[in-house]
Amino acid sequence: MSKKFLTFLAILIAASLALSACKPAAAPAETKFKACQVTDTGGIDDKSFNATAWKGVEDAVKDLGIEGKYLESQEVADYEKNLNTFIEDKCDIIITVGFLLGDGTKASAEANPDFKYSIVDYSYDPVIPNVVGQIFQTDEAAFMAGYLAASLTKTGKVGTFGGLPIPTVTIFMDGFARGVAYYNEQKGTSVEVLGWDINNPDGGLFTMSFDDQTKGKEFGTNLMDEGADIIMPVAGPVGLGTAAAVAERGNAYIIGVDSDWAVTNPDYSKITLTSVMKKMDVTTFNVIKSAKDGTFKGGNIVGNLANSGVDLAPYHDLESMVTSDLKAELDAVRAKLLDGTIKLSDAFKIK
Amino acid sequence: MKNETDKTKPAVSIEEISTNILASATKKKSFWSALVIPGLALLTGLILGALFIIVTSGEVYSAFQISFGSGLATSWEIVSKSYLALFQGAIGNPAAMVQALISGDQLEIRRAFNPFLESLVVSTPYIFAGLAVALGFRAGLFNIGVEGQLFIGAAASTFVGYSIKGLPAIIHMPLALLAGALGGAFWGFIPGWLKAKTGGHEVINTIMMNWIAFRFTEWLLTGPMTRPDSGRMPVSPIIEKSAEIPQFFKQPIRFHLGFFIALGAAGLVYWLLFKTTWGFNLRTVGANPRAAKYAGMNIAKNTILAMSLSGALAGLAGANQILAINRSMAIGLSAGYGYDSIALALIGNSHPVGVVLAAILFGTLRNGATRMMVTTRIPIDIISILQALILMFVAAPAIIRSIYRLKPPKAEDEKAAFVGSWGGK
Repeated sequence: MSKKFLTFLAILIAASLALSACKPAAAPAETKFKACQVTDTGGIDDKSFNATAWKGVEDAVKDLGIEGKYLESQEVADYEKNLNTFIEDKCDIIITVGFLLGDGTKASAEANPDFKYSIVDYSYDPVIPNVVGQIFQTDEAAFMAGYLAASLTKTGKVGTFGGLPIPTVTIFMDGFARGVAYYNEQKGTSVEVLGWDINNPDGGLFTMSFDDQTKGKEFGTNLMDEGADIIMPVAGPVGLGTAAAVAERGNAYIIGVDSDWAVTNPDYSKITLTSVMKKMDVTTFNVIKSAKDGTFKGGNIVGNLANSGVDLAPYHDLESMVTSDLKAELDAVRAKLLDGTIKLSDAFKIK
Repeated sequence: MKNETDKTKPAVSIEEISTNILASATKKKSFWSALVIPGLALLTGLILGALFIIVTSGEVYSAFQISFGSGLATSWEIVSKSYLALFQGAIGNPAAMVQALISGDQLEIRRAFNPFLESLVVSTPYIFAGLAVALGFRAGLFNIGVEGQLFIGAAASTFVGYSIKGLPAIIHMPLALLAGALGGAFWGFIPGWLKAKTGGHEVINTIMMNWIAFRFTEWLLTGPMTRPDSGRMPVSPIIEKSAEIPQFFKQPIRFHLGFFIALGAAGLVYWLLFKTTWGFNLRTVGANPRAAKYAGMNIAKNTILAMSLSGALAGLAGANQILAINRSMAIGLSAGYGYDSIALALIGNSHPVGVVLAAILFGTLRNGATRMMVTTRIPIDIISILQALILMFVAAPAIIRSIYRLKPPKAEDEKAAFVGSWGGK
């Protein structure tokens, strides 16, 4: 009985393998434009840049009728392998995400000059002709968030923390703290920022993790214990832990980052004041569109306040907290940021 | 009252669990049963994996809504497409190989034959890490710290790789490898020493050492080892050309010398364990520490040595990834080799040959999963489920025996597998 069963199974498997292997290599029936994303180790659902870039690909699938694919990387050694897989798959544009893929994307782009690439949150100097780097002047939007937070705090303290002390994270914190400082200067107040000091960029509060939500909760609780009532967590999904802590305690608010958190995390829309949006989905969509239209050109595209690449999200449920006077002030701040009257940190300035 | 009685009788202690695992990891098995059970476990795992694929596929649900027949057809289509992709991604596509050979295009030929070689590339760190765990098992030690030792080894070899300049490759590369081994050995030595001198259980201590290693390497990468021109990103400088483990072919084939170094390490471990007095001592300490002590063997020395050697092998896994593939160190170095390797050593029966075979199986599955994900969008996580199922069936062979109605093993075999308790009991 068992032998017969085994033999049967073996034949079945051998036959199915043999049959499928003999199938003629499927003729390229359709040649849809393919946009392929390689994530970093955060994975496709990291609620941060991988997910936002993927949203850009999905938007392109919807609006441009292209095909979208992704490969998740589990470790550094996967980057090159995944890029090679997409080269073999003849992807029309390859999207990579984050500085961790910087070396791998460069090597792959130089070895395959006929392929088009775009990397989110990274740029090359000098530029590589077949790579578009997408970078963001995030501190412009964060500055406005800082101004808003300073004018709405009741305790006179606001807080922020980051995932790792890297420029793409600290640019949020620096802009935020400068916005608060500008408010103090204008109004003669002394609102304090916990977690970042513009005069000491080597300090700052960091979870050293982009995935541990428990830490986000701890940091949120600690900042509230210290008196902060508006917190901006810059650590991807770690911030959701902070949101949970704030929702539990009450009398405090969070400011989201990357995407509009009131929309992406509706559970917390009652405590989400606004979000500092970094529209990687829009820039990714535009790069895909340019590759499809044939207008693709290597170099860097910068998302800033002027081209709405970064911006403040709407206030949604908390609209009533923001008076029309404050809105007018924020519009004035935006105008001053745009015409250069307000100067931001040179260290983060994208040339 | 009830609580008190519960407290006096801890359900299962770590020592008991690890003793049981150790016992099944080093059980003597005939060559045939050592192959049949994992083979059938793989088969059963694939069948159950197919069920997972079917159950989690939206297409199948909508097909079943049309009719039962079309549901079955869609299920079959999806499963066969997935496993075909897995196979082609892991071993290669025979049709494409022939086509490439006929066309004579060098790049196409390299691409067609790459899947098989890439599987070996993915297997290489598994071999090193699996050997590390297996060596510990043989000495009666449960080294869960392979992941941390791997990180320290990687950091040490990265440092030697980029900081020393102007050495010829024949010296620099081995030196960087050695640094990796020494780094890992040091990280294994600490829990080994703690166990030998204070009786601190190595399971607890190696887990704790993992966390120290992760945070320590993160600190290194954000501070002393940061690449100067990276704008403070946590990436190390790129290693010198002379420190690289050479790859044999041109891009995209990444097959490199590290695979053969790993095989060499497996041979060395085999020789050490089974052909030397020291290996005999080590295995005796592992099998029955009291008998070993009675026979005059130095248990403390053996424990420290075994943990250091185990750590050295783990360190080599990290060094291999840096010197052959990544060329610089960044966060996200390992996909959990240190933890997978525990399963791997169990499947491989803690024998170097078994470990190499199990490592190639794991590497092949993981490599094939990439292609499967591209063609069918089935996430790479299905491979983790598959690995877990295989491990479960290997660890509980009774399930496999009853499914396939195999004869139970002879009673003598079970007796031969006597393993004494350890750790001061």
